[in-house]
Amino acid sequence: MRPLTKGETHILFTKLANYTGTSLNSLISPLDNAPGSDRFVFRLHKDRVFYVLLSIANLATSVSRDKLLSLGVCLGKFTKSGKFRLHITSLPILAEHARYKVWVKPNGEMPFLYGGNIVKAHVGRTMADCPEHQGVVVFNMNNTPLGFGVTARSTTETKHLDPTGIVCFRQADCGEYLRDEDALFASG
Amino acid sequence: MGVGRRMKKQGPPEPLSEEHFARLKRKAGLPVDDPPAAPPSKKKRTGKEVPSKRNSVATKKGSTKESKNGEVVKPAATVAANGKKSSKPKKKQPEPEPESKGSDDDDEFDEDDLEVEGLSDLDDEVPGEFKDDFLESDDDEPYDSDDQNEKAHLFSEDEDESDAEEKLTAANIQGLSRKLDEKLAQQAEEAEAEQQDLQLNITGDRPKILDDLEEDGDDADLLSKTKALLAPDLQLLRNRINDTVRVLDDFGKLAEEGRARAEYVNQLLKDICAYYGYSPFLCEKLFNLFSPREAFAFFEANEKARPMVIRTNTLRTHRRDLAQALINRGVTLEPVGKWSKVGLQIFDSTVPIGATPEYLSGHYILQAASSFLPVMALQAQEHERVLDMASAPGGKTTHLAAVMKNTGCIFANELKKSRAKALIGNVHRLGCRNVVVCNYDAREFPHVMGGFDRVLLDAPCSGTGVIAKDPSVKTNKTERDFIALPHMQKQLLLCAIDSVNHTSKTGGYVVYSTCSVTIDENESVVAYALSKRPNVRLVETGLTFGKEGFTSYMGKNFGKSLSLTRRFYPHTYNMDGFFVAKFQKIAPTPPNATKVTFGKQKKGAKESSEHQQQQGGSGKSNDAIDIGNDDEFIDKTPIVDEDESKKDDNFGGFDEEEDREYIERAKRNAMRRRGLDPRALRKGKTDDKEKSKGKTEKEA
Repeated sequence: MRPLTKGETHILFTKLANYTGTSLNSLISPLDNAPGSDRFVFRLHKDRVFYVLLSIANLATSVSRDKLLSLGVCLGKFTKSGKFRLHITSLPILAEHARYKVWVKPNGEMPFLYGGNIVKAHVGRTMADCPEHQGVVVFNMNNTPLGFGVTARSTTETKHLDPTGIVCFRQADCGEYLRDEDALFASG
Repeated sequence: MGVGRRMKKQGPPEPLSEEHFARLKRKAGLPVDDPPAAPPSKKKRTGKEVPSKRNSVATKKGSTKESKNGEVVKPAATVAANGKKSSKPKKKQPEPEPESKGSDDDDEFDEDDLEVEGLSDLDDEVPGEFKDDFLESDDDEPYDSDDQNEKAHLFSEDEDESDAEEKLTAANIQGLSRKLDEKLAQQAEEAEAEQQDLQLNITGDRPKILDDLEEDGDDADLLSKTKALLAPDLQLLRNRINDTVRVLDDFGKLAEEGRARAEYVNQLLKDICAYYGYSPFLCEKLFNLFSPREAFAFFEANEKARPMVIRTNTLRTHRRDLAQALINRGVTLEPVGKWSKVGLQIFDSTVPIGATPEYLSGHYILQAASSFLPVMALQAQEHERVLDMASAPGGKTTHLAAVMKNTGCIFANELKKSRAKALIGNVHRLGCRNVVVCNYDAREFPHVMGGFDRVLLDAPCSGTGVIAKDPSVKTNKTERDFIALPHMQKQLLLCAIDSVNHTSKTGGYVVYSTCSVTIDENESVVAYALSKRPNVRLVETGLTFGKEGFTSYMGKNFGKSLSLTRRFYPHTYNMDGFFVAKFQKIAPTPPNATKVTFGKQKKGAKESSEHQQQQGGSGKSNDAIDIGNDDEFIDKTPIVDEDESKKDDNFGGFDEEEDREYIERAKRNAMRRRGLDPRALRKGKTDDKEKSKGKTEKEA
């Protein structure tokens, strides 16, 4: 477990900023203004990046490397080619700070949770000024985050789309907790 | 008359036979597969009892005729036939309906049927005369009465807006009415059971249960053996179990002359083994925990699945919202009980509970009701450091995180990596951010990290409390398991105690729990810890229900304070069998003891830190002494198997220098095979080697 290098931080933040926009700052700002207050930090452990309170990360240093499996929230992992891939486990973080959101209707929930892209007919609500290929967080109509993805078209273009046209490509959804448990949490 | 009337009236749980289900179905007008004709009741078994049975039938017929005349006559004949039991039949002789007479004539073994109907009629028609009886037959089984309470308190604990409550109740009405139906059905069953009991009273005061082995000799023995090999007659077995339990309840009056209690007990054990499929060893072990009647109820409860319970994840949602969302999806549910504010019991569902969008987004987790208990007992506070020593699959860990509102820090340890996957999955799904998951043998723990405010130890156990969930326990647990498991549990508990910080302002508590009901894994482990660690004491668990732990058992005395521990049985609270004990650490582990152990341990660690990690253990010397000497040593370390340590001895004496040569050669070969220059390795190596040498020394 170690802090990220500059390069890694850059890659990670570019990825995150795609979803969070400027509120990325609040991800790493201290919890309160008191001196020496706790804050969230990023830690790399076996190619996985964890988002965790500094105090907890410090405590976890007493766990040896091969025995440590997880701490805090796992954001995703660095692929062998050096790119960063966000996992579904990062959803609560992204949802909190999301810049653009898409809400799906109840009839669109299950198709999305089973790994499908979002078609126009299933979109219940969306944000007006969303550009193309923008990272969005997907919610259901009760404001429960279900996953995230990237828009296939900008909002204006989707208006002319037919109901079966894809609005948003799925990147991760909550269904992965069941489908991909082995791949998601088998760190090392 | 020994046991109170109430016990007899409640009767043992209903039989497993299909028969009464079929009857219920027929009553409801549903199509029924013809159930096997009611098997000959126990009375037919022995020649001795046949006449008395005839008598009872005769009297019944007599009474039937009389009632036809339009007058209820208390049958004097019954009095004569049944001798001292006369008072009961007098009161309870039912007033049979004319239509039932036919069946009586056709098949005299169908009495059960007949009488049940008679009884229900009786309730309707002559309430005045039979009121006493009727009321009693209305008695519920213990857990059922609990349910009744629950209904009154639907969501009343955590919600104050009565509007929403009403709405919820309305939405749930279907489920509730279904429950009501179930209860009615159960009452009917109970009435039947009671009737059966009654009949026993009528037919013979001293049921003949035991075989006459002395008389029949080898033939009978052989016969019984072959019988045991054949599929047992379940109904017969069941009746015999019933009889035996009844006899054991009131041994002086009901036992046959010249028979010892032990004979009856042995017969009962045999029958239970055959009927439920337990291994004799386990059967006896479990049987000895209870009175015969309670034991029977326990075995019976192990055949029924416990209700499915989910726990609301209070980090994500509220129970009311979750209940509403699930009801909208067609799930019938109800709060699990007054004692929990987060549990919901699922009765029925049109969707898979483990795959709803709410589940996937972490609003709840499937968790047995009993698993709430240790976390509730631990009472973790916010901003504390807590250790969960054996945490997979994460139900308790996430519950802890929810109780602590995602503050502080939880170390969730799990020995098995494969199980840890589910743990990490649940931790993330439920949004717990304060959890560190690690993969140690929990017995290493005071060394990895200590100073926790609270420790939760839900020890690996034999699972005798969850036989309903995993019936393989019935047969696959042997005597050896009940030596090895408690051994490990004792080690774990001592480790847990040593990991706690006694100076913690808010904490200093250890909760020990198992899903087993045996004494070896519970009371004796706790007593062992109390004797080895004078610096801990038992405290109240804070659980409002549950039975007190045993303070003594079969000559072993565990100490008075064991009454502070809590036991839960499947037949009493309709949750898994469980045990919870809560310790408070009030002082550091005595200095003399710790010093000695620590000194030895550190030496051992220096010598073979590598080996230790692989074995997940440490010096065998500690172990041997620890078991023998009560005072001096504190066992904080896992005990390596005798065989393993011996092997170590024989195998020892690595020649590092020689090995290095071999290793180097192998490396060079490997390099060559990969097409690299082996000399490059050598150059780098000489520098590295010295560095690494220094490093290892430092580490040591």
